[in-house]
Amino acid sequence: MNAPVQKKPRLSRDTTFGQAVYGVLDSRPATVAAIIFLMLSMAAILAPWIAPQNPYDLAAITILDGRMPPGSHGVYGDIYWAGTDAQGRDMLSAMMYGLRTSLSVGVLSGLFAMAVGTVLGLTAAYFGGRIDALIMRLVDLMLGFPTILVALMTLAILGQGLDKVILALVLVQWAYFARAVRATAVVERRKEYMEAALCLGLCHRRALFSQLLPNCIPPVIVIAMIQTANAIAAEATLSFLGIGLPVTEPSLGLLIANGYQQMMAGLYWISVFPGVLLLAVVFTMNIVGDRVREALNPRLQK
Amino acid sequence: MTAFIIRRLCQSVVILALTSLIVFTGVYAIGDPIEILVPADASQAEIAQAVQSLGLDLPLHLQYLTFVGKALHGDLGNSFVFNQPAIQLILQRLPATLELAIVALLLALVVGLPLGLVAGLKPDSVLDRGIMTGSILGFSLPNFWQGIMLVLIFSVTLGWLPSTGRGPTGDILGVHTSLTSWDGIRHLILPALNLALFKIALIVRLTRSGVRETMSLDYVIFARAKGLRESRVIGMHVLKNIMIPIVTVLGMEFGSLIAFATVTETIFAWPGVGKLIIDSIMKLDRPVVVAYLLIVVTMFIVLNLLVDIIYSVLDPRVRMGAAE
Repeated sequence: MNAPVQKKPRLSRDTTFGQAVYGVLDSRPATVAAIIFLMLSMAAILAPWIAPQNPYDLAAITILDGRMPPGSHGVYGDIYWAGTDAQGRDMLSAMMYGLRTSLSVGVLSGLFAMAVGTVLGLTAAYFGGRIDALIMRLVDLMLGFPTILVALMTLAILGQGLDKVILALVLVQWAYFARAVRATAVVERRKEYMEAALCLGLCHRRALFSQLLPNCIPPVIVIAMIQTANAIAAEATLSFLGIGLPVTEPSLGLLIANGYQQMMAGLYWISVFPGVLLLAVVFTMNIVGDRVREALNPRLQK
Repeated sequence: MTAFIIRRLCQSVVILALTSLIVFTGVYAIGDPIEILVPADASQAEIAQAVQSLGLDLPLHLQYLTFVGKALHGDLGNSFVFNQPAIQLILQRLPATLELAIVALLLALVVGLPLGLVAGLKPDSVLDRGIMTGSILGFSLPNFWQGIMLVLIFSVTLGWLPSTGRGPTGDILGVHTSLTSWDGIRHLILPALNLALFKIALIVRLTRSGVRETMSLDYVIFARAKGLRESRVIGMHVLKNIMIPIVTVLGMEFGSLIAFATVTETIFAWPGVGKLIIDSIMKLDRPVVVAYLLIVVTMFIVLNLLVDIIYSVLDPRVRMGAAE
């Protein structure tokens, strides 16, 4: 492999990871998006330690502080930078906790979908024939239906809950991974190193996972980023509709839904701020994902 | 050609049968069908009668066949809430949803195609970057939040447009529609825009990438070399070729518009099937849920079939591939 000109020697552009990182760093909007996303994720992960209050600890919230606009002072002197909801809950803290839930759902369903989709995609490409046809027919079938319909169907049958929402999202998303992985793996399958691996007498499992899999990683990274963003948006939508997460696990979608009832009365912040946060997370993930896709796409490289 | 259509038709029937099996097992076998299909306040005698009439004492495969048999006769049970046949309820509300979806689709085409064309013809210009960032934003904006913002801006703050309900409807050629009066159209604008925004972003991207790929192909260069006017090169040679994927996607997306109408209809209290299904899920009105799922899935399958057929007419390679 001929090495391209390297600007910085520490992280090689030859590796997939290096290509992705430099792809993002080469573009200013993508870099800004990545930084914003990382900061938001940190805020969500550290929420229990850095949030001004625990919004779901009834002892911590003051009912007298209800419906306060952003920047007001509570009766005990707290400042509510993002206002409070009808129960006097600090919206900033509620949003940090909400993002925590939303991100966990997104990442968990993204990971599960990635595992299922990658294994099925590899299997289809490796074995070909009937297994391939069967798996890909299933993929086509799933992709023929929009996310929301499959999720509606799953949740209508199973009822609401964190595990059921994740199951619904995995059910929708594995197909994207399977399709992308198979497309790459079919090409890789015919290359010489695979022939060599089979001549060496590697068993199917090793040939699949130690030879074929590492070479199919680039599309998986891209799809994982985009699908995690989609999963976060889809979970928010389902929770907004009232069929996703239960009220005991308030994600951003639920915060927005609760705020929507108050919006007509002019209490815009309860709904708008969580919405802006949701948008910021999904938008930055999509920008970074889009950039990585371009950086890893061999057809677009000059 | 005929062989291709027959093949696809058979596949569609298989998929429909599979879906009905999933919905059936989901609703009738996984959950307790009595709990699901009989109102909570039913007496012992009513429960016994329900077991009898639903044939729950029969083996599962016979139950499924009965379910399919009834479904084929248009009997998907009665709604608990409205106390009328579920299928009738859905069919009553379908026109409102279809109207919303069709208007949204047209809106997406009218706005998305020119924007995508402009972006694709001048890649990496300021205009292109602006349009593309806008389209990523369009993809990222969750449908429901974007709807809420439309309400906040145009209804709550500016007070220009109504935010709930369908408004008055009139008849055009026997079809109920909001398009007959200004008030009806005013009610339609926000929901249609809400539903269309995602599709606008999609069409912009498709058109842009299509234009970019096509512009460097030999036949476009040749058309230029012949001395054709630029407008003719784009109108005849470029647009015509990128319309194939766009038509396909639009056909598929029409189905997804109907599915996403659940969100739009919930926000804007639009009296279509989408609002009905969400209400029914919340109220555990299972017969309506089953009827909705089966009808919408059938619509999807028919749409996919039509798109495939149109595609094979537009692009002979599809037929050849299928004949192998």
